[in-house]
Amino acid sequence: MEFLVASAIGVMAAAGIYLMLRARTYPVVLGLALLTYATNTFLFVSGRLTVNAPPVIRDGITTYTDPLPQALVLTAIVISFGMTAVIVVLGLRSYLESDTDQVDGKPEDIENENLESVPTAAERKADQ
Amino acid sequence: MSLDLIVLLPFLGAILPALMIRVGRNACATSAFTVTLLAFALLMTHAPLVFRGETLRVGVEWLPRLGLNLNFFIDGLGFFFAALILGIGLLIIIYARFYLAKEDPMGTFYAYLLLFQGAMVGIVLSDNILLLLIFWELTSLSSFLLIGYWKHLREGRLGARMALTVTGAGGLSMIAGMLLLGDIAGSYDISEILKHKEAIQASPLYLPALILILGGCFTKSAQFPFHFWLPHAMAAPTPVSAYLHSATMVKAGLFLMARLWPVLAGTEEWFYIVASTGLFTMLMAAWIALFKDDLKGLLAYSTVSHLGLVTLLLGLGSPMAAVAAVFHILNHATFKAALFMNAGIIDHETGTRDIKRLGGLFMLMPIAGTLAVLAAASMAGLPLLNGFLSKEMMLEEASHTVWAGQAWLVPALATLGAVCSVAYSFRYIVHVYFGEKRHEYPRHPHDPPFGMWGPSALLVIGVIAIGLFPAVVAGPLVAVVAGAVVGGPLPDYHLAIWHGLTPALGMSALAVAGGLFLLWRYTAVRAIWQAAPHPDAKTAFQWLLARAVRLAKGFTHGLHNGSLQRHILFLMIAAIAITTAGFFGASHAPGTRPQLEATPVAIAAWLLLVVASLGVAVLHRRRLYALIIVGVVGIIVSLGFLYFSAPDLALTQISVEVVTVILMLLALNLLPKKMPRESSAIRRWRDVAIACLGGLGIGALTWAMITRDGSTLAGYYLENSLPGGGGTNVVNVILVDFRGFDTFGEIIVLGIAATIIFALLDGALQGEVGRKLAAWVPDQKRAKDRHPMMLVIATRVMLPLALMVGAYIFLRGHNLPGGGFIAGLVVAIALIMQYMASGFGWAAQRMRVDYHALIGVGVLTAGATGVVAWLADRPFLTSAFGHFHLPLIGDIELASAMAFDIGVFLTVIGATMLALASLSRIGRWADNQSVPDQPMDHNISRRPAKEH
Repeated sequence: MEFLVASAIGVMAAAGIYLMLRARTYPVVLGLALLTYATNTFLFVSGRLTVNAPPVIRDGITTYTDPLPQALVLTAIVISFGMTAVIVVLGLRSYLESDTDQVDGKPEDIENENLESVPTAAERKADQ
Repeated sequence: MSLDLIVLLPFLGAILPALMIRVGRNACATSAFTVTLLAFALLMTHAPLVFRGETLRVGVEWLPRLGLNLNFFIDGLGFFFAALILGIGLLIIIYARFYLAKEDPMGTFYAYLLLFQGAMVGIVLSDNILLLLIFWELTSLSSFLLIGYWKHLREGRLGARMALTVTGAGGLSMIAGMLLLGDIAGSYDISEILKHKEAIQASPLYLPALILILGGCFTKSAQFPFHFWLPHAMAAPTPVSAYLHSATMVKAGLFLMARLWPVLAGTEEWFYIVASTGLFTMLMAAWIALFKDDLKGLLAYSTVSHLGLVTLLLGLGSPMAAVAAVFHILNHATFKAALFMNAGIIDHETGTRDIKRLGGLFMLMPIAGTLAVLAAASMAGLPLLNGFLSKEMMLEEASHTVWAGQAWLVPALATLGAVCSVAYSFRYIVHVYFGEKRHEYPRHPHDPPFGMWGPSALLVIGVIAIGLFPAVVAGPLVAVVAGAVVGGPLPDYHLAIWHGLTPALGMSALAVAGGLFLLWRYTAVRAIWQAAPHPDAKTAFQWLLARAVRLAKGFTHGLHNGSLQRHILFLMIAAIAITTAGFFGASHAPGTRPQLEATPVAIAAWLLLVVASLGVAVLHRRRLYALIIVGVVGIIVSLGFLYFSAPDLALTQISVEVVTVILMLLALNLLPKKMPRESSAIRRWRDVAIACLGGLGIGALTWAMITRDGSTLAGYYLENSLPGGGGTNVVNVILVDFRGFDTFGEIIVLGIAATIIFALLDGALQGEVGRKLAAWVPDQKRAKDRHPMMLVIATRVMLPLALMVGAYIFLRGHNLPGGGFIAGLVVAIALIMQYMASGFGWAAQRMRVDYHALIGVGVLTAGATGVVAWLADRPFLTSAFGHFHLPLIGDIELASAMAFDIGVFLTVIGATMLALASLSRIGRWADNQSVPDQPMDHNISRRPAKEH
């Protein structure tokens, strides 16, 4: 089981890193989300894997999993939601302002290797 | 009276003139004057003590572990400089009142001036070199503000920047030097350092420390080759030039050399570096001053020259030279400040400072003329004036100084410097006040009001008084100050006009004759000057600056050229490189912790997770699909939390997942749905390689960690949760009780994030973007049935249920999985469903909740529970709980942490709703749809729908 968890975290992190290296805001946000899953899970499993031992005190039960990483990760999940939301909205605003959602700092190279041409908002408006 | 108050007063008082300017210019100047006068009076209460030769120390610990303490002390040297700073400050404040024009912001001026004054007094009274460094930098900053005071003048801005760059760089060098010095001496307290002369001079770090400290002193005191900033700083208003750039700030370097004289001086290195620099600066600047046509330029170079003179004296390292140095600092401050004020008067009255356009002013301005003649004569070193006395002492010291075996060199060069000094001093008198009377002045010149010439008259009285009766007027002061500099017994000397026929007298006479000769043949001399090359330090400085800027730009832009891709790439590579290095430095033995068995369901979930993660990476260009697959990943992660005994996390993750997907959908509505593939195959494979390396590293790290046992704090929390926090759900108790302060910070962050989102999107409704949005054309087909009946009715019915579930989850949170975070998310989802079902406009008209206020109330509630603990005399956020018996209901338990959790709950609802509602709002804006007056598109009521 430990191997499954570790490899799953690794795969999520790898996919996240790959997406964060893309040139558009949207995949960067997705990548950040995946990396967040990986990070939160990593922090969570630092309490080691335990089955059927939630940290809720009950009479007669003595084994509980480590509650501290859970508490830390709980707030981390909520905070990363807040951060993801901010980044999504930043990306949206910058797209609305500049008509491009590129983050590679080279707007002049948009046409580079265009497989599916996507009209910008301004172009769509012009079409109407 | 307390010493620190003297330092503090100008800082505190700086606010006064800035406020009093609203009352009037006189009130403004008076407030600045009063503050300074108060500080001066306080200083004078220490005079008896100082003249008894005693030292007073006061200290407050500030950062004791760094060795940085608010230690002040006063001895002769500190007293002398503080008196100069505050005394001349008083005169300058009066003078500036009349000098500044109506349109100049006077409040700002006096505020800056007082800040500078405080910093300067701080330098001279500090007993801690780290504290001294802070004040040192403050003088650089306040001087920057003062030089650039006339913001509309380009040369003012440039001069201010140059001064800041040069003195700031010197300050940095001095920080390094001081740290070395403190390290050698084992203390940062000056009084302690001064006891360790032998240890410091024997240390191998002596020379580096000396050079670094001198770097600070030489830049501040405008010594060659850093002298060039001072003439450019003359773009400042004249009161500033008179105060900072002649009487006080430029003397800070001299002060520090004098302060550290007992431990640094007396070595070969000290002599050759300091004395040579001083001698050369004195000679060079005096020569240049002779050919400056701008009155302030002439005075600026003359100041550089005189600073060189004092540096030379300090560099000689003999006690007698130190006496002369102290005496000359006093004399120079009096006559030079008077001359600067005089230059300001001329500028003010005639409208020009160009010597070529001036002449014959004596008849027009007899008072100013008389004062100028006396002060300039003192600068030239004519007998019966104070300049003569100290210059005589300098020549006397120079006459028996041997430089590298050459006995003639120093006396000859010193005399040459004196020749130039006499020449430019006389030029100031002759070319400005005498000679042909001009009539083409921009303004009609006459003597200024008393306020302008009065201060310089006071100084000139000092010049004469010291000149006539040096032993009576200045003798005791010089003795005390020189005693403090030398730190030991002084040689036998007496300040007198007549010392007999000494070599110095001969050199003096020679200097006067030579100076007069130069002025008599001024045209010819100037031709020589014109023919000679003029190496311009300013050009070199600007070249150096441009190169440094280019280098910094190249480096920064190479790292971060505006491309997020490149930035993240460097981050990833760096992270991988560092962890790889760590990996090879550690042991690689496998972990021994017993492992759990993999169940078939777990393997299936693992497979789904891996496929989904890779799927997002592969399909990310089809954005909607990618979003759905991310949701799959999130669900499996929350199932994982559930399986591994973390029900709270599972609940949180699943509700965050829902909210995130809604948020992304709303954003995606306005973003492009698909996108071209813009990176080349090579680049993609490179990224794949980096991603695989990173993933491998993180996976391996996780593997290594979870197959080993580790120590944990779990026991403490598990034991204390119930007795200490009154709850059985340990995770929730940690959140709202043990680590409540963390949680408090986190809900604040969440509130800030939501506010940012609101600000970003609210701003998007205005201006260019707002018009763009209003003209938005949906890039996807819209459903005919935009508000489906099923959804509308289902969400309506669900709302009370969902709210109840939310309340239930909240209430049970302290003892069972749940709590404020999760309940807040659940309620937010229930509310946002109403928006989804009937559209933003319709829902917003019916749900008039101010989400900003909700965030605020939440944070304040959480904070208030913390404050209540204070009232009970306990630390912030200490919780209390108790059991209460209610009839019919039975025992209930109430914990103050629950009130805290209400704050969390409200903040989470407010933040989530604010974020989502802001997004929905601009989505509706872009859709250009009118708000329907029915909750759904199909009208199921008996009333006919209104026609649109």
